[in-house]
Amino acid sequence: MELGQMQGRLAEYTRSLYMEGILDAQFLQLQQLQDESNPDFVVEVVSLFFEDSEKLLNDIARALDQQSVDFKRVDAHVHQLKGSSASVGAQRVKDACVAFRNCCEEQNVEGCLRCLQQVKQEHYLVKNKLETLFRLEQQIVAAGGSVPMAEMTF
Amino acid sequence: MNPSNGKGSIATASSSGAWKVGDVVPDQFPAGLRVLVVDDDPTCLVILEKMLRACLYAVTKCNRAEIALSLLRENKNGFDIVISDVHMPDMDGFKLLEHIGLEMDLPVIMMSADDEKNVVMKGVTHGACDYLIKPVRIEALKNIWQHVVRKRKNEWKELDQSGSLEDGDRQQKPSDEVEYSSSANEGNWKSSKKRKDEEEDIEDRDDTSTLKKPRVVWSVELHQQFVAAVNQLGIDKAVPKKILELMNVPGLTRENVASHLQKYRLYLRRLSGVSQHHSSLNNSFISAQEATFGSMSSLNGLDLQTLAVTGQLPAQSLATLQAAGLGRPTAKSGIPMPLVDQRNLFSFENPKPRFGEGQQQHLSSSKPVNLLHGIPTTMEPKQLANLHQSAQPLGNMNVQVNAHGGHSSSLLMQMGQTQSRGQILNESAGSHVPRLPSSVGHPAISNGIAGGVIGINGIGDNSRGIGYNQVRPTSSMLSFPMNHTSELASNSFPLGSTPGISNITPKGAFQDEINSEIKGSTGFGASYDIFNDLHQQKSQNWELHNVGLQFSASQNANRLQGNLDISPSVLVRQGYSSSQTSGQNRNVSDIGRAVFSGVESTQQGNTQIIGQQLNNFLVDNSVRVKAESIPDAGSQSILFPENNFGQEDLMSALLKQQQGGIAPAESEFDLDGYSIDNIPV
Repeated sequence: MELGQMQGRLAEYTRSLYMEGILDAQFLQLQQLQDESNPDFVVEVVSLFFEDSEKLLNDIARALDQQSVDFKRVDAHVHQLKGSSASVGAQRVKDACVAFRNCCEEQNVEGCLRCLQQVKQEHYLVKNKLETLFRLEQQIVAAGGSVPMAEMTF
Repeated sequence: MNPSNGKGSIATASSSGAWKVGDVVPDQFPAGLRVLVVDDDPTCLVILEKMLRACLYAVTKCNRAEIALSLLRENKNGFDIVISDVHMPDMDGFKLLEHIGLEMDLPVIMMSADDEKNVVMKGVTHGACDYLIKPVRIEALKNIWQHVVRKRKNEWKELDQSGSLEDGDRQQKPSDEVEYSSSANEGNWKSSKKRKDEEEDIEDRDDTSTLKKPRVVWSVELHQQFVAAVNQLGIDKAVPKKILELMNVPGLTRENVASHLQKYRLYLRRLSGVSQHHSSLNNSFISAQEATFGSMSSLNGLDLQTLAVTGQLPAQSLATLQAAGLGRPTAKSGIPMPLVDQRNLFSFENPKPRFGEGQQQHLSSSKPVNLLHGIPTTMEPKQLANLHQSAQPLGNMNVQVNAHGGHSSSLLMQMGQTQSRGQILNESAGSHVPRLPSSVGHPAISNGIAGGVIGINGIGDNSRGIGYNQVRPTSSMLSFPMNHTSELASNSFPLGSTPGISNITPKGAFQDEINSEIKGSTGFGASYDIFNDLHQQKSQNWELHNVGLQFSASQNANRLQGNLDISPSVLVRQGYSSSQTSGQNRNVSDIGRAVFSGVESTQQGNTQIIGQQLNNFLVDNSVRVKAESIPDAGSQSILFPENNFGQEDLMSALLKQQQGGIAPAESEFDLDGYSIDNIPV
């Protein structure tokens, strides 16, 4: 595939992510923060996010698995996940976290488990999408091109 | 994104405002603004750092509140603003906020993914200058410099308007803060700016000083003095002008007092739920201690309160202590100050400390709080007597050194140093039952000791602490409220009235209160926190106020316990602290600070740490104490030696002192009466 095409694909793909609400304006901010001095900033941050969030998800699962669930603890974890997902622009993950917190307030284990599932799903989804995105970017760079600065045209 | 552009535009906008004067570096500003960002979430931390860098700020990131506090303490003037997350595992963001506000008086911005009104309100009430909702946009960060400018402007304005509108200022201040609490307050800001602009004429120095205005560091001693003054006047009637007069601290302005008063009031309000405000509390405490505490003459007011509150100090001792605190060397010896409502209740018992800590900090500002000027740490009768004599000069040295018992003595020693070596009060009294108890019976606390009594507070044995009251013929009774097991009588300061003792920072006793947050007695922790030792029982953190002498740190009791032994061999304490510091040892440059910081950080519930902290603190303080104790050094008031004295240093310092050879560490510390530098107002 030639460079122009690749770049077109990337732009299209990126736009779709925004349209579907998988990513939001915050992600754009991150992209804009990236510059020559730090060309892999976005990738680094996103990787950091996934690393951290996976740990959080595990902690949450474990906490919900206890005999007597400590909802405060679960809530604290979810809150943190909400904050970090919001910071990277993973909108759907963040929304799922908001719903999750409501379940925690109700102290409903079943509800929480369901919410956890939802969060995990969204998390998995955004992870895949971003991996694809980064791969596309890499291909472009490898082909000698440059990744265009994302623009929110919608 | 074009941060530079944005910045540029902001800069120009600001040029019409605060930087009118042009002296300051308006062109560069806000570039280079030194920001400390604290968040346990690594993702957010990295993103924030990048954004801040994009704004051309100098960023330091940190993922633990304790680390942040220690960083701040070590570099008192190393940061211009702090951004902190609300929910953090090791310490609540609001607690951190309070600490910073009291110790360093830096603007703090809170942030969280939580945008609920009550949380945001909490930020406001705790003094945050802004609250950002995550995800934080870079645009929001671009404008954070306004908080730095505003704060400075306010401070200068206060200076300029010293004497005018005491109340008006006070009211104005809170309104200022409130006004600017939201990030979208630009409108307000501008209007207020305009208001302020009008006064720019008188604030010519704004430009130069705006950026580098020296801060008033409210050391423990200074704070104690402040509290004493407030109590004397009555919290309702306490106006900055009168407080200022009573405190009689050179270099302190009415504005400094006004803003501090504001904070104090907030603190008290917060405590109100816990303590019974005022005297009622004191009374209860006092009664417990009454027997033990004799006349506490001019004890550093600060701790007295706390002490009193904790019940350790008998009301009267408290009064005396307060008097001592207030009167400073002038010693109101024998003048039992009416224990004003214990506003200072700084949590003796409870970890309310925040305020206590703050207070303590104040205490020392202008005068070197020789907490224990002569107060032998161990409060042995003889020692006390010695202290007595030496205490005089030390007066101010609140030998609060309780901290870590052991240390305190060293601290005391230091204090006594100037005065009389002999005095070395065992500040270490903190360590359990401070030796004071033993000496308690002795009026040994002679004047000088009164100050030294400080340590006694910590004395684990609550009961013991009290004995000191007697000491003091001069009345500086250091009423070491040692009784509080938990509370370390915060400040049992038996600070004998001896005028010298002036600062016996009963605060030591407060330390307990401080406990929870050991407010880091900014640095002072000065061994004077002998009380810290006392605190051992108290889990409270040692508020090692700057006064150094006060370790109000609510020592988590345990910690100090061990250390408190106020024996003159304070040095021993040093070691003690090390053991205690479960890692908190910090060789804080500010001795006092170190102690507290350690303590504080651990505060989270570690009383233990406090002990350590205190130790550290003591150690540090002791070093400082030296400097401060030099009564003539006068300048020491700020007990915050900027030096970082490691424990070893402290130990050696103490040792030296013990040996009587310790020369006033003054040289080491740059205290000159009022280190404006770090005086967080």
